[in-house]
Amino acid sequence: MLTNQTDTEITVALVGNPNTGKSTLFNALSGQNQRTGNYPGVTVEKKIGHYKIEDQQFQVIDLPGTYSLGPKSPDETIALKVLLGRQSDVPEPDVIICVADANNLERNLFLVSQVTDLGATVILALNMVDVATRNGIQVDAERLAERLDIPVVPIQANKKVGIEQLKTEINRVITSGAVSTGHSFPEQVEQEIDTVKQAIDPVGCNPRSRFLAQRLLLDGSGMVSKIVGPNAALEGVVNASRQRLADSGVQLAAIESMSRYRIISELTEQAIRRPTERATTLTDRIDRVLTNRIWGVVVFIVVMVAIFQAIFVWSVPLMDGIDGSVGWLADTVGGWLPEGAFRSLVTDGMIAGVGSVIIFLPQILILFLFIALLEDCGYMARAAYLMDKMMSRIGLSGKSFIPLLSSFGCAIPGIMATRTIDNWRDRLITMLVAPLMSCSARLPVYILLIAAFVPATGLLNGWISLQGLVMFSMYVIGVVVAMAMAWLLRMTLLKGDTPPFVMELPEYKIPSIVNALKRMWEQAAAFLKRAGTLIFAVSIVVWALSYFPHPASIEQQVQDRYAAMDFQGTAEEFEAAVYRDTSSTYLQQSYLARVGKTIEPVVRPLGWDWKVASAVVASFPAREVVVGTLGVLYNVGDEVDAESDTLRDRLKSATWDGSDRKVFNLPMALGLMVFFALCAQCISTLAIMVRETGGYRWPIFTFVYMTALAYVGALVVYQVGMRISG
Amino acid sequence: MTLDQIEPGGSGTVTAVSGEDALTTRILEMGVTPGCSFAVLGTAPLGDPIEIEVRGYRLSLRKSEAALVTVEANK
Repeated sequence: MLTNQTDTEITVALVGNPNTGKSTLFNALSGQNQRTGNYPGVTVEKKIGHYKIEDQQFQVIDLPGTYSLGPKSPDETIALKVLLGRQSDVPEPDVIICVADANNLERNLFLVSQVTDLGATVILALNMVDVATRNGIQVDAERLAERLDIPVVPIQANKKVGIEQLKTEINRVITSGAVSTGHSFPEQVEQEIDTVKQAIDPVGCNPRSRFLAQRLLLDGSGMVSKIVGPNAALEGVVNASRQRLADSGVQLAAIESMSRYRIISELTEQAIRRPTERATTLTDRIDRVLTNRIWGVVVFIVVMVAIFQAIFVWSVPLMDGIDGSVGWLADTVGGWLPEGAFRSLVTDGMIAGVGSVIIFLPQILILFLFIALLEDCGYMARAAYLMDKMMSRIGLSGKSFIPLLSSFGCAIPGIMATRTIDNWRDRLITMLVAPLMSCSARLPVYILLIAAFVPATGLLNGWISLQGLVMFSMYVIGVVVAMAMAWLLRMTLLKGDTPPFVMELPEYKIPSIVNALKRMWEQAAAFLKRAGTLIFAVSIVVWALSYFPHPASIEQQVQDRYAAMDFQGTAEEFEAAVYRDTSSTYLQQSYLARVGKTIEPVVRPLGWDWKVASAVVASFPAREVVVGTLGVLYNVGDEVDAESDTLRDRLKSATWDGSDRKVFNLPMALGLMVFFALCAQCISTLAIMVRETGGYRWPIFTFVYMTALAYVGALVVYQVGMRISG
Repeated sequence: MTLDQIEPGGSGTVTAVSGEDALTTRILEMGVTPGCSFAVLGTAPLGDPIEIEVRGYRLSLRKSEAALVTVEANK
């Protein structure tokens, strides 16, 4: 059957339940020779590795973890498609390795039994045999191999034990070409499978078409018929077969599990010996604390505070370091280049653009280190278990909690973390509301406006500061709106029942640092590659808007004006003042300012003048840019930060063009804060959404709905505030 | 009697899983099939979901999902 012995690559697919050490085996097989990406059109991770024995090249595909080949999610559909040889961008696997956890073999054998029905060359890799032995579980690999009629290789993937034997076995089965075919169902069902198979492949040339027939007959989710494509004749045959089975009393949803587990029970009776008395395991003892009514909640809060602290506080020195280095680089490179548009493009456009991308790296790295460790040790499932009740009230599941919590630090890692949610609709809703969580980039905006416009008075005898309360309200607004949006989306656009929460709680184990670091690096690289380019492009566009037009006459005018005036101060102060005035004058006549002036009528009901409007437009790539842009527009230089007194004073004294009415007052500042709490002014978040939702549709939707909410929020706050303050 | 009515610490045998949709299939695929024995290990702090042991591993499911599983409790 297999003719490709030397010249062509042999494709090996790894399939297995989640938590079986499949990825560890993948790393052990392919070492450093691997690349990850996405399957086209879906955001299912595609991992391909390579290894070589003598002259023969092997390609290893790590399929998404799945409990069953009856697909219910995009991940499981991909696994099935690859195994059937119907995924166009990967070759049909020559050998399938089914990875199973020896500790939990009974349930793992369900998938094994499906894979052996496939009509392909299959090897069972029995992982974690050492742990099983320690738990007193004896698996008779030979008996198992004999009964399943496939080779069984015991391995310990984390210690690289049995990997060579597995490679040898792969070579051996390639040569022998042994194909397994199962006969798992009652005769009546098998006959109907044959009927459907006749309709798919009458000639019988593809050995996998009988398995496809089985899947079509048994799957109620409709995902398998999508693999085949629209075919009315075939659908008719399948429906007729299903009807005949239903008429004779077969429960179609149950028949597969009942038939397979019946065979598995016989099999395990012969091949597995468990201790007769169930001993208290380490997991029992840990769970007694971690899922306890009181201690479980305490530990959960401690873990969440640690994550929050890490992405919020620990990342700050790293981010400051990056910020400083980017600034230093811009200065240094700027020093080499002659003054002019090119220097500004390189320093203010390109270097600052790259800087705005890599500034997020510390938060992404830290969060993913945490997530990888928590997932690997088994706590992630417990966290979802603890939070499910709360999250199900707004139509989500416990799995959405960590991505949403992370979004308080930064929505980018939060959105990337939604990959741990297996239900697509659930994942999408979580991604759509994650940017509403007040991230750390909003802080500079809040700090500036609160310090300038909210009185520093205490409430309740000074126990609560009014400024702190306003800051806290901004966070509350984000959470409340996110909850309402999640609920609304579930009721309207993404209608559906609350997704099921039938989830394995895996055994606790010591997490692998190597796997965690690998995972962390993959996420960071994915972010830099995909999101980086888009962010970079947008940064350049916004730079151009704020730089052009740039007539040299303006600089001359400012210099002449200063030369004519009697300047009090040192030569350095004079230089600085001229520089500030020049940048401000340039920005005030730039395309950006023209945009600001054009939209002023739209934002006037929010109390904004064209300068605020321009600053908000300029902050489309990143919210915190608004502070610096306000600084330039109000003529205090671009080196201002949120704590700058001069900027505060300038904002306080800013007036509408041609009048002495103040632009900034308390209602307007509160409205502006609410605007920034609710808006989607972050190109990085939108770029990562393009990647994670597989298109532009949902990011555009998010931008539109969040901007609309932000506008309405700011409008209500300003108008109501003005009425109250008279 | 259904699975959601068994108190933590209780055990029994599954007699049937009702329904015809993907949820029922998932519960069955995870090994909760007629004839298999189970033990209820506990509930989450807010009372839902529940955690059971079945076929030698731990499974959590919501009470609404457990209500699809008809069981016979051990005395």
